[in-house]
Amino acid sequence: MSMRLALPHLVRRERASLAVTLLAPLVALSGATLVNLLLYVAIGKQPGAVFHAMLLEPFLSWASFSEVLLKLGPLLLIAQGLAIGFRAKVFNIGAEGQFILGAIFASAIPVWYPQATGGWIWPSMLLAGAMGGALWAAITAFWRVRLNANEILVSLMLSLVAAQVLNYLLLGPWKDPNGFNFPQSVMFQYDAMLPLLFEGTRVNVSLLIAFLLSGLAFVFMQRSFPGYRLEVGGLAPRAAAYAGFSEARAIWLSLLIGGFAAGLAGAAEVAGPLGQLQRSISTGYGYSAIIVAYLGGLHPLGIVLSALVMAALSIGGDNAMVSADLPIAAVRVFQGSLLIAYLIAMAFVRYRLEWPSASTRSRA
Amino acid sequence: MNAIEFILAGMLAAATPFLLAALGELVAERAGVLNLGVEGLMALGAALAFIVVYHGGGHLLAFVVGGLGAALLALIFAFVTLGLQANQVAAGLAIGIFGQGLSALFGKTYESLTVKGLPKLALPGLADLPVVGGLFVQDIVVWLSLLATLLIWAGFAFSKAGLVLRAVGENPKAAHSIGYPVMLIRLAAVLFGGVMAGFAGAYASTVYTPLWADGMIAGRGWIAIALVVFGTWLTGRIFLGACLFGAVSLAGLAAQAGGVELPSQLLASLPYLVTILVLGIISSNRRLLKLNGVASLGEPYKP
Repeated sequence: MSMRLALPHLVRRERASLAVTLLAPLVALSGATLVNLLLYVAIGKQPGAVFHAMLLEPFLSWASFSEVLLKLGPLLLIAQGLAIGFRAKVFNIGAEGQFILGAIFASAIPVWYPQATGGWIWPSMLLAGAMGGALWAAITAFWRVRLNANEILVSLMLSLVAAQVLNYLLLGPWKDPNGFNFPQSVMFQYDAMLPLLFEGTRVNVSLLIAFLLSGLAFVFMQRSFPGYRLEVGGLAPRAAAYAGFSEARAIWLSLLIGGFAAGLAGAAEVAGPLGQLQRSISTGYGYSAIIVAYLGGLHPLGIVLSALVMAALSIGGDNAMVSADLPIAAVRVFQGSLLIAYLIAMAFVRYRLEWPSASTRSRA
Repeated sequence: MNAIEFILAGMLAAATPFLLAALGELVAERAGVLNLGVEGLMALGAALAFIVVYHGGGHLLAFVVGGLGAALLALIFAFVTLGLQANQVAAGLAIGIFGQGLSALFGKTYESLTVKGLPKLALPGLADLPVVGGLFVQDIVVWLSLLATLLIWAGFAFSKAGLVLRAVGENPKAAHSIGYPVMLIRLAAVLFGGVMAGFAGAYASTVYTPLWADGMIAGRGWIAIALVVFGTWLTGRIFLGACLFGAVSLAGLAAQAGGVELPSQLLASLPYLVTILVLGIISSNRRLLKLNGVASLGEPYKP
């Protein structure tokens, strides 16, 4: 082809500098913020008021920051689990369903034994939830390993099924008989609730667990041999096969870890701020966590920061809905555009732009 | 009307959102690009088209606006994945979430409103046949979708353009070295996929079930992506798969009308369960996937 446009082209950097890598998410956040503020102007909202409510207010008082911490827990848990799989190129995008199953499994204990008391209840609920999430993810793993089916599609379909399972339980067998026909279970007993971390807030011990597991994820992915095997399988599948690293094992491990973490998060949600099983448990944590994982560079430390940002955005979105009349869907728009902005920014970490000079053009 | 007649009469219309989106995805994937954002593209197309029809703009304009809106979103996807070589999976998910968010934002004040659909056109003679007659009474979009299916099938089977598109997906380096503009062809394929997904959404919200509700696409974009795998990247099989899903989504209603006592949640899950099942059956035949699959699918290409 003789015609060539004088477009700049991408040249791979010899090595990505650490400073640029760390800067990229911040640039992405600023870019996405700017674009979204323009969008709010376009739909007739006050950009200043939205900016204040959405991005500043969550940090301005302990009361609202504690709500950010409350949202941080599940996002952190799910994203850490997903990132391990993503690094192994196992794309589990069904965390939403695994989260729901976790909530259901955990709720089984107080729903079936509403009179039970004792300190064993909430820990068993967390364990049951984690098992439920892992079991749900195991279906995807089986389908991928044994039947060669694409894990993206299977895990997503299972999320849609999980939402229906939840509906079925809440409208049928698990509906609170004294609940005025609302689709929700009975309120859980006191011992089925997670202990609070800070008095006067809703933050509970699950946040501590999330940080603990983040530390574990760091050790596993950055410092351990099994984590290294996963990573090699993702980066260079052939080299991994040659070295004898089993692909099936990587898929099972990735999905079970992802399901375990998401299930735990689901359990902590019903045993924490909600105190019962209800429809609104599934507000898209599983999908937001995908964005958290990428935004954090799939790195356990980066994910802590990105989870904090996304949690703040979510609380800020609620604020803006009240104070600046912003539709709640704006949060989803922001999240989606944030990931797009991040992917754009990351392109410039890996590549630099080179404008075609006269000499290269004549060579072409 | 018995259950079989009911399913035959409604199957094609129910299949159309799946079919249109899957055909678009087929063309993009044949060129080597995996766009996982179909659900979001459909949602945006659906919201925009609904708004146009609601304000009296008519269905033609609605499809144009829905198609263009989705194509614009697909253009962002193309910029990120083709222009900047970003991971196609991540970019597709991002576009999907973004599109669903935009649809909810634009559609907010239209929640639960309805519009008037399109009249059904009967093929004279055939429409009067017993049992299968209902198959031949369809709205104009269904007829056009069948035509589009035929054209795309013929395009892949007989035209040079179809051959070039497949070459770009199979081996972009080779296609580039014999002088084909790989990037432009992929861009065109992605935009085509966007327009088709927009049409699919527009059909869902203004013709098939002419109402707007947030989340009304309900996984149909994802099933469309699965359909491309079911159909092993062949137009005819994708058409049959779409019909199967059209029938499955009606079978639930038919069963309920027939007095079969099933929880409505099970019926709602039926398309998802069938997707999981069929995906397992087809994918376990690795030879079949290898034979018709697209060699460079999902891999970034840099000239």
